[in-house]
Amino acid sequence: MMKIQILGTGCPKCKKLAEVTEAAAKELQLNYELEKITKINQIMAFGVMMTPALAVNGVVQVTGRVPSAEEIKNLLLTNR
Amino acid sequence: MIVMNWRTEWKKLAIIAGVFLTFFYLPLDSARFENAIMEALHLTKWYAREHVLLCLIPAFFIAGAISVFISQASVMKYLGAGANKILAYGVASVSGTLLAVCSCTVLPLFAGIYRMGAGLGPASAFLYSGPAINVLAIVLTARVLGVELGIARAVGAVLFSIVIGALMHLIFRKEEKEKASIQMLIPEEESSLPLWKNALYFASMVGILVLANWGKPDEMTGIWAIVYSYKWMGSSFFAVALGVMLVCWFELVWWKVGLVALATAVFAFIFPGQPLLVFFIGVAGLSFFTSTDKGITSEWFASSWGFARQILPLLLLGVLIAGALLGRAGQEGLIPSEWVAWAVGGNSLTSNFFASFAGAFMYFATLTEVPILQGLISNGMGKGPALALLLAGPALSLPSILVLRGIMGLKKTLVFSALVIVMATLSGMIFGTFFG
Repeated sequence: MMKIQILGTGCPKCKKLAEVTEAAAKELQLNYELEKITKINQIMAFGVMMTPALAVNGVVQVTGRVPSAEEIKNLLLTNR
Repeated sequence: MIVMNWRTEWKKLAIIAGVFLTFFYLPLDSARFENAIMEALHLTKWYAREHVLLCLIPAFFIAGAISVFISQASVMKYLGAGANKILAYGVASVSGTLLAVCSCTVLPLFAGIYRMGAGLGPASAFLYSGPAINVLAIVLTARVLGVELGIARAVGAVLFSIVIGALMHLIFRKEEKEKASIQMLIPEEESSLPLWKNALYFASMVGILVLANWGKPDEMTGIWAIVYSYKWMGSSFFAVALGVMLVCWFELVWWKVGLVALATAVFAFIFPGQPLLVFFIGVAGLSFFTSTDKGITSEWFASSWGFARQILPLLLLGVLIAGALLGRAGQEGLIPSEWVAWAVGGNSLTSNFFASFAGAFMYFATLTEVPILQGLISNGMGKGPALALLLAGPALSLPSILVLRGIMGLKKTLVFSALVIVMATLSGMIFGTFFG
Protein backbone atom coordinates (compact mmCIF):
# COMPACT_ATOMS: atom_id res chain seq x y z
CA MET A 1 0.00 0.00 0.00
CA MET A 2 1.58 3.28 -0.97
CA LYS A 3 0.91 6.48 0.87
CA ILE A 4 0.31 9.63 -1.15
CA GLN A 5 0.14 12.93 0.69
CA ILE A 6 -0.95 16.27 -0.69
CA LEU A 7 0.38 19.21 1.29
CA GLY A 8 -1.47 22.48 0.97
CA THR A 9 -3.61 24.88 2.93
CA GLY A 10 -6.57 24.54 0.61
CA CYS A 11 -5.75 26.98 -2.17
CA PRO A 12 -7.00 26.23 -5.71
CA LYS A 13 -3.61 24.87 -6.81
CA CYS A 14 -3.60 22.41 -3.92
CA LYS A 15 -7.02 21.11 -4.91
CA LYS A 16 -5.84 20.83 -8.49
CA LEU A 17 -2.79 18.80 -7.44
CA ALA A 18 -4.98 16.47 -5.38
CA GLU A 19 -7.29 15.98 -8.36
CA VAL A 20 -4.53 15.28 -10.87
CA THR A 21 -2.72 12.93 -8.50
CA GLU A 22 -5.80 10.96 -7.63
CA ALA A 23 -6.65 10.56 -11.31
CA ALA A 24 -3.11 9.39 -12.06
CA ALA A 25 -3.11 6.89 -9.21
CA LYS A 26 -6.46 5.49 -10.30
CA GLU A 27 -5.34 5.20 -13.89
CA LEU A 28 -2.25 3.26 -12.85
CA GLN A 29 -4.46 1.07 -10.66
CA LEU A 30 -2.18 1.52 -7.70
CA ASN A 31 -3.00 0.32 -4.24
CA TYR A 32 -2.81 3.68 -2.53
CA GLU A 33 -4.07 5.82 0.29
CA LEU A 34 -4.44 9.56 -0.33
CA GLU A 35 -4.15 11.98 2.54
CA LYS A 36 -4.57 15.75 2.42
CA ILE A 37 -2.49 17.67 4.91
CA THR A 38 -3.84 21.15 5.49
CA LYS A 39 -2.44 22.15 8.89
CA ILE A 40 0.36 24.60 8.33
CA ASN A 41 2.51 23.23 11.15
CA GLN A 42 2.29 19.73 9.75
CA ILE A 43 3.25 21.03 6.32
CA MET A 44 6.25 22.74 7.87
CA ALA A 45 7.28 19.46 9.47
CA PHE A 46 7.93 18.15 5.95
CA GLY A 47 10.19 21.13 5.29
CA VAL A 48 7.84 22.44 2.63
CA MET A 49 7.24 26.18 2.26
CA MET A 50 6.02 26.46 -1.27
CA THR A 51 2.63 24.84 -1.46
CA PRO A 52 1.22 22.74 -3.00
CA ALA A 53 3.51 19.79 -2.45
CA LEU A 54 3.30 16.08 -3.11
CA ALA A 55 4.85 13.43 -0.88
CA VAL A 56 5.00 9.74 -1.72
CA ASN A 57 5.59 7.31 1.15
CA GLY A 58 6.67 10.20 3.35
CA VAL A 59 9.22 11.69 0.94
CA VAL A 60 8.46 15.04 -0.65
CA GLN A 61 8.73 14.78 -4.43
CA VAL A 62 7.32 18.05 -5.73
CA THR A 63 6.96 21.47 -4.13
CA GLY A 64 5.51 24.74 -5.27
CA ARG A 65 3.84 23.66 -8.48
CA VAL A 66 1.34 21.36 -10.11
CA PRO A 67 3.20 18.95 -12.42
CA SER A 68 1.64 17.51 -15.54
CA ALA A 69 -0.32 14.25 -15.33
CA GLU A 70 2.52 12.47 -17.17
CA GLU A 71 5.10 13.65 -14.69
CA ILE A 72 2.98 12.57 -11.74
CA LYS A 73 2.48 9.11 -13.24
CA ASN A 74 6.23 8.68 -13.66
CA LEU A 75 6.75 9.88 -10.15
CA LEU A 76 4.26 7.45 -8.69
CA LEU A 77 5.68 4.54 -10.66
CA THR A 78 9.31 5.18 -9.71
CA ASN A 79 8.50 5.67 -6.03
CA ARG A 80 6.10 2.84 -5.70
CA MET B 1 -41.93 6.86 5.91
CA ILE B 2 -40.07 10.12 5.50
CA VAL B 3 -38.96 11.74 8.71
CA MET B 4 -37.50 15.21 9.03
CA ASN B 5 -33.86 14.91 10.02
CA TRP B 6 -33.17 18.14 11.90
CA ARG B 7 -29.54 17.34 12.42
CA THR B 8 -28.67 17.49 8.76
CA GLU B 9 -31.40 19.71 7.42
CA TRP B 10 -31.41 22.67 9.80
CA LYS B 11 -28.72 24.58 7.92
CA LYS B 12 -30.55 24.46 4.62
CA LEU B 13 -33.79 25.43 6.31
CA ALA B 14 -32.12 28.37 8.02
CA ILE B 15 -30.64 29.56 4.73
CA ILE B 16 -33.93 29.30 2.84
CA ALA B 17 -35.82 31.03 5.65
CA GLY B 18 -33.16 33.73 5.82
CA VAL B 19 -33.30 34.44 2.09
CA PHE B 20 -37.08 34.76 2.08
CA LEU B 21 -37.05 36.89 5.23
CA THR B 22 -34.57 39.24 3.55
CA PHE B 23 -36.87 39.61 0.57
CA PHE B 24 -39.91 39.96 2.85
CA TYR B 25 -38.41 43.05 4.40
CA LEU B 26 -36.53 44.27 1.32
CA PRO B 27 -36.86 48.09 1.41
CA LEU B 28 -37.59 48.34 -2.30
CA ASP B 29 -39.51 51.61 -1.94
CA SER B 30 -36.72 53.37 -0.14
CA ALA B 31 -34.94 55.82 -2.40
CA ARG B 32 -31.60 55.09 -0.77
CA PHE B 33 -31.91 51.37 -1.42
CA GLU B 34 -32.96 51.85 -5.03
CA ASN B 35 -30.07 54.21 -5.54
CA ALA B 36 -27.64 51.76 -3.96
CA ILE B 37 -28.63 49.03 -6.44
CA MET B 38 -28.10 51.40 -9.34
CA GLU B 39 -24.76 52.47 -7.91
CA ALA B 40 -23.63 48.87 -7.61
CA LEU B 41 -24.52 48.26 -11.26
CA HIS B 42 -22.91 51.49 -12.44
CA LEU B 43 -19.69 50.78 -10.60
CA THR B 44 -19.50 47.23 -11.93
CA LYS B 45 -20.15 48.47 -15.45
CA TRP B 46 -17.36 51.00 -15.07
CA TYR B 47 -14.96 48.27 -13.94
CA ALA B 48 -15.99 46.03 -16.81
CA ARG B 49 -15.42 48.83 -19.31
CA GLU B 50 -12.31 50.47 -17.95
CA HIS B 51 -10.33 47.88 -16.07
CA VAL B 52 -10.94 44.30 -17.05
CA LEU B 53 -9.67 44.08 -20.63
CA LEU B 54 -6.84 46.59 -20.70
CA CYS B 55 -5.61 46.36 -17.14
CA LEU B 56 -6.50 43.10 -15.42
CA ILE B 57 -6.04 40.69 -18.32
CA PRO B 58 -2.48 41.82 -19.12
CA ALA B 59 -1.78 41.78 -15.37
CA PHE B 60 -3.00 38.17 -15.16
CA PHE B 61 -0.66 37.22 -17.99
CA ILE B 62 2.22 38.89 -16.16
CA ALA B 63 1.34 37.18 -12.87
CA GLY B 64 1.14 33.86 -14.69
CA ALA B 65 4.51 34.47 -16.31
CA ILE B 66 6.08 35.28 -12.95
CA SER B 67 4.94 32.02 -11.45
CA VAL B 68 6.05 29.95 -14.46
CA PHE B 69 9.22 31.60 -15.73
CA ILE B 70 10.83 33.08 -12.64
CA SER B 71 12.70 30.55 -10.59
CA GLN B 72 11.34 30.84 -7.06
CA ALA B 73 14.26 28.76 -5.85
CA SER B 74 16.72 31.48 -6.77
CA VAL B 75 14.85 33.89 -4.51
CA MET B 76 14.40 31.44 -1.63
CA LYS B 77 18.18 30.95 -1.51
CA TYR B 78 18.50 34.38 0.06
CA LEU B 79 15.97 33.58 2.77
CA GLY B 80 17.42 30.27 3.89
CA ALA B 81 18.97 29.45 7.25
CA GLY B 82 22.51 30.24 6.15
CA ALA B 83 21.65 33.48 4.41
CA ASN B 84 23.35 36.79 5.08
CA LYS B 85 21.13 38.39 7.75
CA ILE B 86 21.20 41.96 6.44
CA LEU B 87 20.65 40.86 2.85
CA ALA B 88 17.76 38.64 4.00
CA TYR B 89 15.82 41.70 5.21
CA GLY B 90 16.24 43.41 1.87
CA VAL B 91 15.23 40.36 -0.13
CA ALA B 92 12.30 39.56 2.18
CA SER B 93 10.94 43.08 1.86
CA VAL B 94 10.75 43.01 -1.93
CA SER B 95 10.39 39.33 -2.77
CA GLY B 96 6.62 39.43 -2.32
CA THR B 97 6.42 40.64 -5.91
CA LEU B 98 7.83 37.32 -7.11
CA LEU B 99 6.73 34.90 -4.39
CA ALA B 100 3.33 36.11 -3.30
CA VAL B 101 1.47 36.19 -6.60
CA CYS B 102 -1.25 34.22 -4.86
CA SER B 103 -2.23 35.39 -1.40
CA CYS B 104 -2.63 31.82 -0.16
CA THR B 105 1.12 31.20 -0.41
CA VAL B 106 2.06 34.01 1.95
CA LEU B 107 1.44 32.22 5.26
CA PRO B 108 3.27 28.96 4.42
CA LEU B 109 6.22 31.00 3.18
CA PHE B 110 6.17 33.08 6.33
CA ALA B 111 6.13 29.98 8.51
CA GLY B 112 8.95 28.47 6.48
CA ILE B 113 11.21 31.52 6.67
CA TYR B 114 10.52 31.79 10.40
CA ARG B 115 11.08 28.15 11.31
CA MET B 116 13.60 26.90 8.80
CA GLY B 117 15.05 29.97 7.19
CA ALA B 118 16.43 33.38 8.01
CA GLY B 119 14.35 33.81 11.16
CA LEU B 120 11.65 35.98 12.69
CA GLY B 121 12.85 39.36 11.38
CA PRO B 122 12.93 38.62 7.66
CA ALA B 123 9.79 36.48 7.98
CA SER B 124 7.89 39.40 9.52
CA ALA B 125 9.18 41.74 6.82
CA PHE B 126 7.95 39.30 4.15
CA LEU B 127 4.55 38.91 5.81
CA TYR B 128 3.98 42.66 5.94
CA SER B 129 5.03 43.61 2.44
CA GLY B 130 4.15 40.46 0.50
CA PRO B 131 0.40 40.92 0.00
CA ALA B 132 0.79 44.64 -0.73
CA ILE B 133 3.40 44.42 -3.47
CA ASN B 134 2.20 41.55 -5.62
CA VAL B 135 1.88 42.62 -9.22
CA LEU B 136 -1.90 42.49 -9.43
CA ALA B 137 -2.37 44.60 -6.29
CA ILE B 138 0.01 47.33 -7.42
CA VAL B 139 -1.37 47.48 -10.96
CA LEU B 140 -5.00 47.73 -9.87
CA THR B 141 -4.25 50.20 -7.06
CA ALA B 142 -2.39 52.52 -9.43
CA ARG B 143 -5.03 52.20 -12.15
CA VAL B 144 -8.12 52.74 -9.98
CA LEU B 145 -6.89 54.82 -7.06
CA GLY B 146 -4.20 56.80 -8.84
CA VAL B 147 -0.49 56.39 -9.50
CA GLU B 148 0.41 58.37 -6.36
CA LEU B 149 -1.35 55.98 -4.01
CA GLY B 150 -0.13 52.97 -6.01
CA ILE B 151 3.51 54.01 -5.59
CA ALA B 152 3.00 55.07 -1.96
CA ARG B 153 1.54 51.66 -1.22
CA ALA B 154 4.49 49.79 -2.71
CA VAL B 155 7.16 52.06 -1.22
CA GLY B 156 5.45 52.24 2.18
CA ALA B 157 5.05 48.47 2.32
CA VAL B 158 8.71 47.83 1.47
CA LEU B 159 10.23 50.47 3.79
CA PHE B 160 8.09 49.75 6.80
CA SER B 161 8.36 46.00 6.40
CA ILE B 162 12.09 46.32 7.10
CA VAL B 163 11.34 48.44 10.19
CA ILE B 164 8.77 45.94 11.45
CA GLY B 165 11.08 43.00 10.77
CA ALA B 166 13.99 44.63 12.59
CA LEU B 167 11.77 45.56 15.56
CA MET B 168 10.36 42.04 15.81
CA HIS B 169 13.90 40.69 15.79
CA LEU B 170 15.03 43.13 18.50
CA ILE B 171 12.02 42.59 20.75
CA PHE B 172 12.30 38.81 20.63
CA ARG B 173 16.06 38.45 20.13
CA LYS B 174 16.42 36.47 23.38
CA GLU B 175 13.75 34.04 22.29
CA GLU B 176 15.18 33.30 18.88
CA LYS B 177 14.88 29.62 19.56
CA GLU B 178 16.76 26.70 18.19
CA LYS B 179 16.23 26.37 14.50
CA ALA B 180 14.12 23.41 13.63
CA SER B 181 16.34 20.61 12.48
CA ILE B 182 14.26 20.13 9.38
CA GLN B 183 15.96 20.81 6.11
CA MET B 184 14.18 23.47 4.09
CA LEU B 185 13.03 22.00 0.81
CA ILE B 186 13.56 24.41 -2.00
CA PRO B 187 11.89 23.52 -5.26
CA GLU B 188 14.37 22.19 -7.77
CA GLU B 189 15.85 24.75 -10.08
CA GLU B 190 13.81 24.67 -13.23
CA SER B 191 15.53 25.43 -16.47
CA SER B 192 14.62 29.03 -17.04
CA LEU B 193 15.64 31.68 -19.52
CA PRO B 194 18.83 33.67 -19.01
CA LEU B 195 18.26 36.87 -17.11
CA TRP B 196 18.41 39.26 -20.05
CA LYS B 197 15.85 37.28 -22.04
CA ASN B 198 13.55 37.17 -19.04
CA ALA B 199 14.01 40.91 -18.54
CA LEU B 200 13.10 41.70 -22.17
CA TYR B 201 10.14 39.34 -22.09
CA PHE B 202 8.71 40.96 -18.96
CA ALA B 203 9.55 44.44 -20.23
CA SER B 204 7.46 43.86 -23.34
CA MET B 205 4.43 42.82 -21.27
CA VAL B 206 4.83 45.65 -18.78
CA GLY B 207 5.20 48.03 -21.73
CA ILE B 208 1.88 46.87 -23.19
CA LEU B 209 0.20 47.16 -19.79
CA VAL B 210 1.48 50.66 -19.04
CA LEU B 211 0.93 52.17 -22.49
CA ALA B 212 -2.50 50.64 -23.09
CA ASN B 213 -3.66 52.16 -19.81
CA TRP B 214 -2.02 55.54 -20.36
CA GLY B 215 -4.56 58.08 -19.17
CA LYS B 216 -5.51 61.19 -21.10
CA PRO B 217 -3.53 64.10 -19.60
CA ASP B 218 -5.29 67.32 -18.57
CA GLU B 219 -3.36 69.45 -21.03
CA MET B 220 -2.62 68.26 -24.53
CA THR B 221 0.97 69.48 -24.47
CA GLY B 222 4.19 68.19 -22.93
CA ILE B 223 5.72 64.77 -22.63
CA TRP B 224 2.66 63.00 -21.11
CA ALA B 225 0.48 64.17 -23.99
CA ILE B 226 3.02 62.99 -26.56
CA VAL B 227 3.11 59.57 -24.93
CA TYR B 228 -0.69 59.57 -24.88
CA SER B 229 -0.99 60.28 -28.59
CA TYR B 230 1.35 57.38 -29.37
CA LYS B 231 -0.05 54.95 -26.80
CA TRP B 232 -1.54 52.46 -29.28
CA MET B 233 1.44 52.67 -31.58
CA GLY B 234 3.72 52.01 -28.60
CA SER B 235 1.56 49.12 -27.35
CA SER B 236 1.65 47.58 -30.83
CA PHE B 237 5.42 47.88 -30.86
CA PHE B 238 5.68 45.99 -27.58
CA ALA B 239 3.14 43.43 -28.77
CA VAL B 240 5.21 42.74 -31.89
CA ALA B 241 8.32 42.41 -29.72
CA LEU B 242 6.47 39.94 -27.48
CA GLY B 243 5.38 37.96 -30.53
CA VAL B 244 8.95 37.74 -31.85
CA MET B 245 10.19 36.56 -28.44
CA LEU B 246 7.46 33.95 -28.20
CA VAL B 247 8.56 32.50 -31.53
CA CYS B 248 12.32 32.71 -30.95
CA TRP B 249 12.63 31.72 -27.29
CA PHE B 250 9.43 29.92 -26.38
CA GLU B 251 9.13 27.84 -29.51
CA LEU B 252 5.67 28.93 -30.39
CA VAL B 253 5.02 28.11 -34.05
CA TRP B 254 5.82 31.17 -36.17
CA TRP B 255 2.76 31.06 -38.42
CA LYS B 256 0.39 30.96 -35.43
CA VAL B 257 1.89 34.10 -33.92
CA GLY B 258 1.96 35.63 -37.40
CA LEU B 259 -1.73 34.82 -37.86
CA VAL B 260 -2.65 36.59 -34.62
CA ALA B 261 -0.52 39.59 -35.58
CA LEU B 262 -2.13 39.69 -39.02
CA ALA B 263 -5.67 39.45 -37.63
CA THR B 264 -4.94 42.18 -35.09
CA ALA B 265 -3.44 44.41 -37.78
CA VAL B 266 -6.41 43.87 -40.10
CA PHE B 267 -8.87 44.80 -37.35
CA ALA B 268 -6.76 47.83 -36.42
CA PHE B 269 -6.88 48.92 -40.07
CA ILE B 270 -10.65 48.42 -40.47
CA PHE B 271 -11.65 49.79 -37.05
CA PRO B 272 -9.04 52.40 -36.18
CA GLY B 273 -11.39 54.01 -33.63
CA GLN B 274 -11.99 50.79 -31.69
CA PRO B 275 -8.77 50.02 -29.81
CA LEU B 276 -10.62 47.79 -27.32
CA LEU B 277 -11.80 45.50 -30.11
CA VAL B 278 -8.32 45.31 -31.61
CA PHE B 279 -6.81 44.61 -28.19
CA PHE B 280 -9.37 41.88 -27.64
CA ILE B 281 -8.47 40.18 -30.93
CA GLY B 282 -4.81 40.18 -29.94
CA VAL B 283 -5.52 38.76 -26.47
CA ALA B 284 -7.92 36.13 -27.80
CA GLY B 285 -5.40 34.99 -30.40
CA LEU B 286 -2.60 34.83 -27.85
CA SER B 287 -4.80 32.88 -25.44
CA PHE B 288 -5.87 30.41 -28.11
CA PHE B 289 -2.39 29.59 -29.37
CA THR B 290 -0.68 29.53 -25.99
CA SER B 291 -3.35 27.33 -24.43
CA THR B 292 -3.32 24.79 -27.27
CA ASP B 293 0.47 24.67 -27.43
CA LYS B 294 2.31 21.63 -26.09
CA GLY B 295 5.26 23.44 -24.56
CA ILE B 296 5.88 25.82 -21.70
CA THR B 297 3.57 28.52 -23.07
CA SER B 298 0.55 26.36 -22.31
CA GLU B 299 1.74 26.25 -18.72
CA TRP B 300 1.97 30.04 -18.86
CA PHE B 301 -1.62 30.31 -20.04
CA ALA B 302 -2.88 27.76 -17.52
CA SER B 303 -1.25 29.64 -14.69
CA SER B 304 -2.62 33.00 -15.86
CA TRP B 305 -6.06 31.49 -16.20
CA GLY B 306 -5.71 30.05 -12.72
CA PHE B 307 -5.28 33.55 -11.31
CA ALA B 308 -8.13 34.95 -13.36
CA ARG B 309 -10.50 32.17 -12.32
CA GLN B 310 -9.59 32.57 -8.71
CA ILE B 311 -9.65 36.36 -8.48
CA LEU B 312 -12.23 37.66 -10.97
CA PRO B 313 -15.38 36.22 -9.29
CA LEU B 314 -14.33 37.61 -5.92
CA LEU B 315 -13.47 40.96 -7.44
CA LEU B 316 -16.83 41.14 -9.20
CA LEU B 317 -18.60 40.44 -5.92
CA GLY B 318 -16.40 42.95 -4.13
CA VAL B 319 -17.18 45.66 -6.68
CA LEU B 320 -20.93 45.00 -6.47
CA ILE B 321 -20.92 45.16 -2.68
CA ALA B 322 -18.65 48.21 -2.57
CA GLY B 323 -20.94 49.93 -5.10
CA ALA B 324 -24.07 49.14 -3.10
CA LEU B 325 -22.58 50.21 0.22
CA LEU B 326 -20.58 53.22 -0.88
CA GLY B 327 -21.61 54.25 -4.39
CA ARG B 328 -19.48 55.93 -7.04
CA ALA B 329 -17.68 59.25 -6.80
CA GLY B 330 -20.14 61.99 -5.80
CA GLN B 331 -22.92 59.47 -5.11
CA GLU B 332 -24.05 57.84 -1.93
CA GLY B 333 -24.73 54.17 -1.39
CA LEU B 334 -26.32 52.53 1.63
CA ILE B 335 -23.78 54.05 4.02
CA PRO B 336 -24.18 57.81 4.46
CA SER B 337 -21.14 59.86 3.49
CA GLU B 338 -21.11 61.66 6.84
CA TRP B 339 -20.31 58.39 8.62
CA VAL B 340 -17.32 57.80 6.40
CA ALA B 341 -16.11 61.38 6.70
CA TRP B 342 -16.57 61.20 10.48
CA ALA B 343 -14.63 57.97 10.89
CA VAL B 344 -11.82 58.29 8.37
CA GLY B 345 -12.03 61.81 6.89
CA GLY B 346 -9.14 64.25 6.98
CA ASN B 347 -5.73 63.18 8.13
CA SER B 348 -6.00 63.18 11.91
CA LEU B 349 -4.31 60.62 14.11
CA THR B 350 -7.66 59.06 15.00
CA SER B 351 -8.71 58.72 11.34
CA ASN B 352 -5.44 57.05 10.44
CA PHE B 353 -5.54 54.83 13.49
CA PHE B 354 -9.15 53.83 12.89
CA ALA B 355 -8.39 52.96 9.26
CA SER B 356 -5.38 50.80 10.07
CA PHE B 357 -7.09 49.16 13.05
CA ALA B 358 -10.15 48.25 10.99
CA GLY B 359 -7.91 47.09 8.14
CA ALA B 360 -5.87 44.83 10.40
CA PHE B 361 -8.91 42.79 11.41
CA MET B 362 -11.02 42.94 8.27
CA TYR B 363 -10.59 40.22 5.70
CA PHE B 364 -10.13 41.36 2.11
CA ALA B 365 -10.22 38.79 -0.64
CA THR B 366 -7.37 39.44 -3.09
CA LEU B 367 -7.79 42.84 -4.78
CA THR B 368 -11.20 43.63 -3.27
CA GLU B 369 -9.55 46.22 -1.06
CA VAL B 370 -9.31 48.40 -4.16
CA PRO B 371 -13.02 48.94 -4.97
CA ILE B 372 -13.80 49.27 -1.26
CA LEU B 373 -11.14 51.93 -0.85
CA GLN B 374 -12.37 53.70 -3.98
CA GLY B 375 -15.85 53.90 -2.47
CA LEU B 376 -14.55 55.14 0.85
CA ILE B 377 -12.40 57.83 -0.80
CA SER B 378 -15.29 59.11 -2.90
CA ASN B 379 -17.31 59.38 0.32
CA GLY B 380 -14.73 61.57 1.98
CA MET B 381 -12.00 59.28 3.28
CA GLY B 382 -8.67 61.11 3.49
CA LYS B 383 -5.67 59.99 1.46
CA GLY B 384 -3.62 59.25 4.57
CA PRO B 385 -6.20 56.88 6.10
CA ALA B 386 -6.64 55.32 2.65
CA LEU B 387 -2.96 54.38 2.57
CA ALA B 388 -3.16 53.18 6.18
CA LEU B 389 -5.99 50.82 5.27
CA LEU B 390 -4.18 49.66 2.12
CA LEU B 391 -1.12 48.76 4.17
CA ALA B 392 -2.76 47.14 7.18
CA GLY B 393 -5.63 45.53 5.27
CA PRO B 394 -4.08 42.77 3.18
CA ALA B 395 -1.19 42.19 5.61
CA LEU B 396 -3.46 41.04 8.43
CA SER B 397 -6.97 39.77 8.96
CA LEU B 398 -8.74 37.98 11.76
CA PRO B 399 -8.34 34.57 10.09
CA SER B 400 -4.65 35.15 9.38
CA ILE B 401 -4.07 36.34 12.98
CA LEU B 402 -5.47 33.03 14.20
CA VAL B 403 -3.17 31.05 11.90
CA LEU B 404 -0.20 33.19 12.95
CA ARG B 405 -0.93 32.41 16.59
CA GLY B 406 -0.58 28.75 15.77
CA ILE B 407 2.76 29.37 14.05
CA MET B 408 4.56 31.71 16.42
CA GLY B 409 2.49 31.91 19.58
CA LEU B 410 0.15 34.52 21.03
CA LYS B 411 2.74 36.99 22.29
CA LYS B 412 4.61 37.43 19.02
CA THR B 413 1.36 37.61 17.09
CA LEU B 414 0.05 40.40 19.31
CA VAL B 415 3.29 42.36 19.03
CA PHE B 416 3.33 41.91 15.25
CA SER B 417 -0.29 43.04 14.92
CA ALA B 418 0.40 46.08 17.11
CA LEU B 419 3.45 46.97 15.02
CA VAL B 420 1.47 46.65 11.80
CA ILE B 421 -1.24 48.96 13.12
CA VAL B 422 1.30 51.52 14.39
CA MET B 423 3.37 51.49 11.20
CA ALA B 424 0.33 51.70 8.92
CA THR B 425 -1.00 54.63 10.97
CA LEU B 426 2.40 56.32 10.74
CA SER B 427 2.69 55.81 6.96
CA GLY B 428 -0.81 57.18 6.53
CA MET B 429 -0.03 60.29 8.58
CA ILE B 430 3.15 60.98 6.62
CA PHE B 431 1.51 60.40 3.23
CA GLY B 432 -1.55 62.45 4.19
CA THR B 433 0.61 65.37 5.29
CA PHE B 434 2.43 65.58 1.97
CA PHE B 435 -0.23 64.54 -0.55
CA GLY B 436 -3.53 64.97 1.29
